[in-house]
Amino acid sequence: MAHFTKKSKAKPEISTASLPDIIFMLLIFFMVTTVLREQEVQVRTILPQAEALTKIEQKRYVSYVWMGPEKLPGNRVGETKVQIDDAVIEDLTNVRSIMYRKLSEQPRLIVSLRVDEESEMGVVTDVQGELRKAGTLRISYSSRRDISNI
Amino acid sequence: MSILAKKKKREGAEIPTSSMADIAFLLLIFFLVTTTIDVDTGIGMTLPPEPDETTPPPPVSDRNMLKILINAQGQVLLEDLPSSVAQIRSEVLTHVQNNGADARYSDSPSKAVVSIKTDRLTPYNLYIQTLDEVWMAYFEIWDTEARSLGHVNYVEYRSNLEDGAENEIREKWPAQVSLAEPDPGN
Repeated sequence: MAHFTKKSKAKPEISTASLPDIIFMLLIFFMVTTVLREQEVQVRTILPQAEALTKIEQKRYVSYVWMGPEKLPGNRVGETKVQIDDAVIEDLTNVRSIMYRKLSEQPRLIVSLRVDEESEMGVVTDVQGELRKAGTLRISYSSRRDISNI
Repeated sequence: MSILAKKKKREGAEIPTSSMADIAFLLLIFFLVTTTIDVDTGIGMTLPPEPDETTPPPPVSDRNMLKILINAQGQVLLEDLPSSVAQIRSEVLTHVQNNGADARYSDSPSKAVVSIKTDRLTPYNLYIQTLDEVWMAYFEIWDTEARSLGHVNYVEYRSNLEDGAENEIREKWPAQVSLAEPDPGN
């Protein structure tokens, strides 16, 4: 009888020594299985260099528009195309509706124009005209820092 | 003898795994610190709203407008005079800081407008260089103003600005850069 009472007094404890390991395993599992949304840019965009740069701190406001010569197989480039998200826009009037929808989702939208330095102003002006019609007026000409002047 | 030797060999090889978590943790911190998420940098602009047909654009007198024209060949016309990209900055500085002194330049900083007009075939690179020079001129003015207010430079002044507080420097020297509709070109 004495044996029985003694046994009920002893507190059963779960070992927590391996808890960090379990958490770690979970972390690694989710790191491995998470796929970041990839955007494959189908146009070549070598950004121009500039000095008067400002950083866009709030990344969630930014929407990108790529403009540049289309990448073709074999390191060749084709005609200048416009890309938003992961689609190449053939008809530029579609830019307006896309941007209008984005603006209604994010009223503080900043459109970052990533334009290849060898482009001509024509396509940039056309896209800007569509942006004006859509009402997305905050833009940024994405540029690299000018290294030669430092 | 042979049995004893065998037993000893089995006991010996064990790697301590207690520090494994620490090693992994250090690795994690190392990669967290060294990974940089690239921040998008660029020249910020605000486009003018779509023109309303009923209301004409506000009139800007000729002296308040500094016209920069860039053609398809990359030639720069500054106030109807052939010029170069390198001269734009000093020209914008004199134009904005004129305060009515010279009849060819602006009446006051708040009225000064810089207008950039391009051709459809103008290289984008040149356009960015021009825009860069214009903005650098404004940054120079803002830096001078910030120093006179006892700050290191304009960037430092702006970062110390509280949320919602008025940016007095920009209020005093507003940057008014207008992008004119380009010529159709040939």
